[in-house]
Parts: sequence; C-alpha cells; structure tokens
Amino acid sequence: MDQASITEKMESRFGDAIIAKTDSCGQHAITVRAGDLLSVATHLRDDAELSMNMLVDIAGVDYLEFPLDENGEGRGWRYEVVYQFMSLGKNHRYRVKVAVDEDDLHVPTLATNWGVANWMEREVYDQFGVIFDGHKNLVRILNHHEFEGHPLRKDYPINRRQKLSKPIEHIIPEDPEWA
Amino acid sequence: MGLESNVNQPFITTTMDSVINWGRQYSMWPLPFGTACCAIEFMGVVSSRYDISRFGAELVRFSPRQADLMLVMGTITHKMAPVIQQIYDQMPNPKWVLSMGACASSGGFYDNYSVVQGIDELIPVDVYVAGCPPRPENVLDAVCKIQQKISTEKAAAWR
Repeated sequence: MDQASITEKMESRFGDAIIAKTDSCGQHAITVRAGDLLSVATHLRDDAELSMNMLVDIAGVDYLEFPLDENGEGRGWRYEVVYQFMSLGKNHRYRVKVAVDEDDLHVPTLATNWGVANWMEREVYDQFGVIFDGHKNLVRILNHHEFEGHPLRKDYPINRRQKLSKPIEHIIPEDPEWA
Repeated sequence: MGLESNVNQPFITTTMDSVINWGRQYSMWPLPFGTACCAIEFMGVVSSRYDISRFGAELVRFSPRQADLMLVMGTITHKMAPVIQQIYDQMPNPKWVLSMGACASSGGFYDNYSVVQGIDELIPVDVYVAGCPPRPENVLDAVCKIQQKISTEKAAAWR
C-alpha cells in the first residue's frame, strides 16, 4: 500500500485522535497524543491490510528551537517520540509520532508487546527524559550511572562532560525478562 | 637490578642498559585496547601485508598482566574511562602506551558530553598517532618511535 492510502485508512479509523500529519521525503506520519498510542500501534499490527508487525525504531525529538511547525503555526508541544513501523510481509512502512508536553512527560510503553521497544525506550529516557509508563526497568542505557541530566535536550550544553568515578556493579533487575 | 647498583663502573651499566633495552624494544607484546574503527585498522596492521611482527611486536596478549605495550585504539567515553584506568594499572612495569587515532589522542571528531578528550587525561601516553584512522604505516612508524624511545632509557628507571 502506498503512504497516502495508509494515511487515509488511519484517518478514517482514528479521525479525531490525529492532531497532525506530516510528510517527510515520502514517509507519511501521523501525530497522536500519548493516550492513543497503544490503540494506534495495535491497529497497525493487527489490521490485515496493514500488518505492521515490526517496530523498527523509536526516536526522540526536542523542538525547543523549532516552536513553529511547517505551516508556521505554534506547535504546542516540546518533545515528540517517533515510532517507525514496518510490515515484513507486505513491505510497507509507516511512522507514528507521539506529542509530549514538557509538563507531562509520560508515554505508555510498547515494550510489553514489542520486545525490541525495551532498550529503545530506555535510550529515549536516557537522552530526553521521557518516562514510559509500564516499563519495568527504565534506567540509563547509554550514559553512565552517575550522569545527571538528559544530554540530547537542546538546553543541555553539548560540551558539559561528567566524569565517572567508578564503574557500576553488575545489577540484575527484579524481573530478569526486562533486562 | 642488584648488579647495577652494586657495581659502580659505567661501562657495565651502559652495556647492561643496552642489552636490556635491546630485549625490550624488539619484543614488545602489545595489548590491543580497541574500542572503535581504529581497532579494525589495527587488524590490518597485524595482518600479513603490513606486518607488525617484523618489528617484534607479534605476540598480541589480551591480558594486561602479560603485555607491555597498550595500544588504545578508538573512542574512549566517560563510561569506559575507569575501565581503561584499571587495565593500565594492571599492567606491570615496564609499560608504554600508544594512542592510536584522533579519538584516543584528543577526542577527535567528538567534542561532546560523552567522549574523553584525549586519553592523556587518564593515563600517560608515549606516542600519539594522528589519523582517522591512521594508515598502517603510521602505526608501524609509531611502534618504531617507541622502540627508539626505549633505546634511550635507563633500565633502572622502571623500578
């Protein structure tokens, strides 16, 4: 299916949940609020025509320096968490973005359904500070355990270096499936 | 060495020095501390085309207790810094450090929140090799420079 027809399908199903639509070099994306993420993602996976069973990537974006969107209007949110889905059988991709406000940094986790989301969400938490509800092991994954702050936010000075005094002891989380 | 301190005649000491240094420089056992792309380039250096074994540094030892030349190849992040410190401390004297590539020498391409801007913030370095990655001939030249440095050392200095 081409991008336009997938977008049309999503609009007909989730009409008022979609707060923005974007097109970036041919890849369409819909923006939703955090509460609708799980229903959008499971629909993408379970629908027979779409069957997007693979979560390719989860990325974070900080729009602190880009407060206006493509139409020149105010964006209204600071962070976005971008989910890229792909269908292995039908060979098409789609993108879902979740708008996250500065004061409410909570997004439901997809790691219970897509195992790969575990570490990807830990990375978004580490670099941006977005908290994923339901993730049982949301700790830093890239930066060291004594690091304070979230470095990929635009207001973190890129040159600030934080030294590590000693390496972390090996920690096994309470639920080893969430390691 | 006890013999040098007891005998006060310069010609014995200098001959001893030259023999000991000859042994050390032509049989350095490298410890490859490879973290990134320079380690791949090092794999080329130890392979048959650009052979590091011609210079004596053939026996690559991955245990710091058995090596004397630490080759730091690749980006060292702040998360890795205590590890490289510990590995360096585990090496017995005499030991030398070769910092290969831009990332190990100065942080290189990465002037950001996570990269140590040069391993000389952590450990003493003998020779820096510039390049991203350096050509294998550069690495061999650096090994030769360390050998020249060893030939001017006093063996008793490593006590």
